[in-house]
Amino acid sequence: MKRVAELLRRIGARVVDGVWRLGFAARFFALVLLYSGQSFRRLHLTLRELWFSGVLSLLIILVSGLFVGLVLGLQGYEILQRFGSSEATGTMVALSLLRELGPVLAGLLFAARAGSAVTAEIGLMKTTEQLTAMDMMAVSPFARVVAPRFWGGVISMPLLAALFSAMGILGGWLISVVFIGIDEGAYWSQMQAAVDFRYDVVNGVIKSFVFGVAVSLIAVFEGYDCAPTAEGVSRAITRTVVSSALTILALDFVLTSFMFRGQS
Amino acid sequence: MSRTVLDLWVGFFVAIGIAALFFLSLKVGSFGGFNNVPTYVIQAPFDNIGGLKVRAPVKSAGVVVGRVTDIRFDTEAYRAVVSLAVESRYEFPRDTIATILTSGLLGEQYVGLEPGGDVDMLKDGDAVQITQSAVVLEKLIGQFLFNRAAEPPAN
Repeated sequence: MKRVAELLRRIGARVVDGVWRLGFAARFFALVLLYSGQSFRRLHLTLRELWFSGVLSLLIILVSGLFVGLVLGLQGYEILQRFGSSEATGTMVALSLLRELGPVLAGLLFAARAGSAVTAEIGLMKTTEQLTAMDMMAVSPFARVVAPRFWGGVISMPLLAALFSAMGILGGWLISVVFIGIDEGAYWSQMQAAVDFRYDVVNGVIKSFVFGVAVSLIAVFEGYDCAPTAEGVSRAITRTVVSSALTILALDFVLTSFMFRGQS
Repeated sequence: MSRTVLDLWVGFFVAIGIAALFFLSLKVGSFGGFNNVPTYVIQAPFDNIGGLKVRAPVKSAGVVVGRVTDIRFDTEAYRAVVSLAVESRYEFPRDTIATILTSGLLGEQYVGLEPGGDVDMLKDGDAVQITQSAVVLEKLIGQFLFNRAAEPPAN
């Protein structure tokens, strides 16, 4: 009986703690937006973060995009030629990349590559009391540290996702046209006939923007909220990667069911 | 890392990101092909639309001239009313025939317009008078079997 009560108490504490953190995260998000104007006045801070989270993620995004495109081209051809419609390989590659794989995989890679780095940086700043020192000098850590990192992530994420999709489509072209030998005209024209700008491209960009906001917010929040110890920072980094991945996948399901419900 | 080199890299990143977006919208997607073009809407009542979907193409002589924008059920005539948004630069006579066709054996269904000989043209909000329903494969097979059963055996 005592054990059951203990278990219930622990579950209750977890739930209350979760709600507490959620409320804090919401207030944190509002603060970040509030201080964004101040941080944009010193634009070089945001530019530096754009370099860290955008430019330095280029290589991993481009290479993985290429490989995902190669695999999609190979598998798409293999499956579609059974139905005698191997010309539709381009359509399949383009639609799956633009609608789902581009934003989602770029988001996951971005969370692992840039989100974890941001959490570690802010967490260590907190641990070594740099954030407190800034506050003492009447420099808001939100405007100086948090908001530039947040916006750096939000701006670079749609660009990275677009690069991922473009690279994947080129990869699909490489495998199916250059190596397998599908007709090049069929590859591009069937793709153009099936891909709609408003419906597929814009929805993919909206998705990647939403993922960018989610991942960047989680990264800066976990860093800001971490326990100021070595162990606390490492835990915060793990939480960033895990909860970013889960959030991206869950949000993707929600967005897909809104955007692509029952049409065509 | 000095400021100028950093700016160069960020600029490079943003430029190729935007280039990728342009690539996706121009080379991969059919941007502008139909989105901003002025259209007029005509109605076409059908007995059976088969598997026609919203956004399906409207073709005449094989050229895409518009899209299906809406499909609804008319409770008075018990027919399906399909709204077709046709590009304004293509005009069709009033006695145009609208048919639901299938591209290929198992392809998507689209609306085909066969122009008639009337001198008056269809205007926004007009309805097509003559329509031909989708071919329902089950009915076709049923008819075929029925005809075979009616025939005397060959030998």
